[in-house]
Amino acid sequence: MGYKQSPSQTVGPYFAYALTPEQYGYDFKAITGNQLADETVEGERIRILGRVLDGAGSPVDDAMVEIWQADAQGRYAHPADPRGSNLAFRGFGRHGTGTDPELRFIFDTVKPGAVEGQAPHITMCVMARGMLSHAFTRIYFSDETEANATDPVLATVPQDRRATLIARREDTQAGIVYRFDVHLQGDDETVFFDL
Amino acid sequence: MTAHGPFSPRDWAAHPPYVYPGYKSTGLRGPTQPLIPLKQTLSELTGPVFGAESVGPLDHDLTKNARVNGEPLGERIVVGGRVLDEDGTPVPNTLIEVWQANAAGRYIHKNDQHDAPLDPNFRGSGRCVTDADGWYRFYSIKPGAYPWGNHPNAWRPNHIHFSLFGPAFATRLVTQMYFPGDPLLDLDPIYLGAGEGARELLISNFDLDLTEEGFALGYRFDILLRGRDATPSQE
Ligand SMILES: [Fe+2]
Repeated sequence: MGYKQSPSQTVGPYFAYALTPEQYGYDFKAITGNQLADETVEGERIRILGRVLDGAGSPVDDAMVEIWQADAQGRYAHPADPRGSNLAFRGFGRHGTGTDPELRFIFDTVKPGAVEGQAPHITMCVMARGMLSHAFTRIYFSDETEANATDPVLATVPQDRRATLIARREDTQAGIVYRFDVHLQGDDETVFFDL
Repeated sequence: MTAHGPFSPRDWAAHPPYVYPGYKSTGLRGPTQPLIPLKQTLSELTGPVFGAESVGPLDHDLTKNARVNGEPLGERIVVGGRVLDEDGTPVPNTLIEVWQANAAGRYIHKNDQHDAPLDPNFRGSGRCVTDADGWYRFYSIKPGAYPWGNHPNAWRPNHIHFSLFGPAFATRLVTQMYFPGDPLLDLDPIYLGAGEGARELLISNFDLDLTEEGFALGYRFDILLRGRDATPSQE
């Protein structure tokens, strides 16, 4: 004995009717979803989408992805942010990969502002059947080259793996889309953090 | 090599490894590269705040929150306990989400094809919030065991899935609660994936004080989240 943290266990394949019920059509109110910003929230509208890929390169159809981000001014809706909460924008989203025909997670949000001298980024938590613990990563933005170059967290990541953390911007007719695939394994394995 | 603080590191001797051969699906899904240590910033020290306002009136009672034409079948249980950090400090006002199979071992999830009956009066999901001292409680039906395809004659022990936030995104935890004396525990690679000496924390205890006379058996389940580093970190 002597361990003092309850161990993690897999989210399993059947989380949807508890954690993402409305997305999957279950009769239970969801606490959040993939639409993070209503029309009252200031900031540049962006869409973030991608797939979660396993070691064989196959998209995972029963993963759940969560994102946590600052608002467009770089403020977190949490008491630990000394600049005060921006309660109109919670900054938390959750989406399963099992409903999109291409098995993507999709989030509509605003682009976060810079936080504490870091480049704009979003924290992501990935879980799935077959993952005994969740994995944390970060989404950075391909059009923030200068800020990314001085980001203290990116600086700790080996140069040849940094690209796995950069979402690629595409300007589409529907708006700004950032593509961010999560590779659980393989040559392009996404950088996951011990935070 | 560690770069944590103010939250103490995730204890990787307690938590299961990403790739655990006994649990086959981890083979292609568990990250294999070493995690990169990250000195916690405001991004990790903050997290979504879901308090009492995020819970509906029947969310904490799985015996009532999906009734159609009667009561769900099975043994009524009340599950309660405290959410604490690893130093024993209560974690107040934090959301707990739970989900489980019904008494027959069947999930309502569309992908569950186990040949056991659904219960029209049981959905099996709910949520509750800890009070100012970290206590929580919810009502349910004791979940049944169910088979899974991991290995021949593989059965999951009775369990309830738990999802918690804690005070920050860094303290996020998804886990499972088990029941005392379950013979399937020693055969279950998901349970066995957690470190010896730590996985026992996931087994609830029968609790007569929590048991409600004439109504439901009580199970006590405390959950321990990461604590704060003892030494203040320098920015
Ligand atoms: Fe389960």
